[in-house]
Amino acid sequence: MRGILVVIGIVGLVVAASAVARADDYVLTIKDHRFSPAEIKVPANQRILITVINEDLTPEEFDSSALKVEKVVAGKSSGVVRIGPLKPGRYPFIGEYNEATAKGTVIAE
Amino acid sequence: MLGALIIVFREVIEAGLIVGIVMAATRGVLGRGRWVTIGVGGGVLGASVVAMFAGAISDAFQGAGQELFNAAVLGIAVIMLMWHNAWMARHGREIADEMRRVGTAVSEGAKPLTALAIVVGLAVLREGSEVVLFLYGIMASGTSGSALLIGGVLGIAAGAAFTALTYFGLLAIPNRHIFSVTSWLIALLAAGMAAQAMQFLNNAGLVVALDSTVWDTSWLLSEKSIFGRLLHTLIGYSEQPTEMQLIVYIATLFAMFLLMRVARPSPRPPLHAPAE
Repeated sequence: MRGILVVIGIVGLVVAASAVARADDYVLTIKDHRFSPAEIKVPANQRILITVINEDLTPEEFDSSALKVEKVVAGKSSGVVRIGPLKPGRYPFIGEYNEATAKGTVIAE
Repeated sequence: MLGALIIVFREVIEAGLIVGIVMAATRGVLGRGRWVTIGVGGGVLGASVVAMFAGAISDAFQGAGQELFNAAVLGIAVIMLMWHNAWMARHGREIADEMRRVGTAVSEGAKPLTALAIVVGLAVLREGSEVVLFLYGIMASGTSGSALLIGGVLGIAAGAAFTALTYFGLLAIPNRHIFSVTSWLIALLAAGMAAQAMQFLNNAGLVVALDSTVWDTSWLLSEKSIFGRLLHTLIGYSEQPTEMQLIVYIATLFAMFLLMRVARPSPRPPLHAPAE
């Protein structure tokens, strides 16, 4: 019990301490199991907000271990993905349900 | 068809590992079959409901609903696993002794079974909702649906077979050691879940402190490979963990062992603690 309380305490402190994230808006559209644009340029060292719009009937999972994101976006709907702050570089992502075609890259600079 | 099989299998094995470990951890406890069944059944039902409301969940909390939901599910599972391990630290020896003596199921243990049924339910719920969404999407798209659907169903079957493999593999461990092994497995499982929950809170924009990547071992073992996924579920392997994830991972392990030590029955006269 004590252990749980310690964990809850730590989590609480961190939540309280974290600053409110500032987010810029980027849009990524999924159609025919492809991302467009396939490359998104974003500023480095900032938190970024990407709206993923899925125009397909089938769901897609926006997935990237480099960006540390797993987000399911149902068919004909949209979802918000929060990433960053990123060091300058290329960060690949995929649509996990259609890996062959659904590929893209976030370029932080 | 093969693609669908693999996608579904990947999701199912993550829940399957957890179910297999839980089954092994409750070996010899009376009525555990019923509890695990309730857990799986509840999880499947929950997964369907979650998939049905996927859009609404996703849109909640300024688009962070899915992340918060995942973090909450993982968080509850971690607490249940802690509870279970604390309980086992107190009663594990009695159960093992009894099993040796009578060689049958033990009636004690009704308590942690609720906890583990919840863990099973949550694991199935989380991975299952993605499977349901995926299969539903296939059906909704019509066209080449049936082959994909068969692939999906085969994927579930393969995942169930994998669960059985995990379980029987763990059963090979002698009675004497089974509970200490499963306690370790559960501690690592919980730590991995807690670290993952923390990343979901980060994705939700809630906890953004200490989010630099500590290492990158994607060249060595991709988190997306089957083996990487297994390790991800089992011990929380992450190819690019953040500082926060690492801290939470270690803190959870620490809290778990502290809790187990506190729960352990106080001095038994001739105590020769076996080195484990």
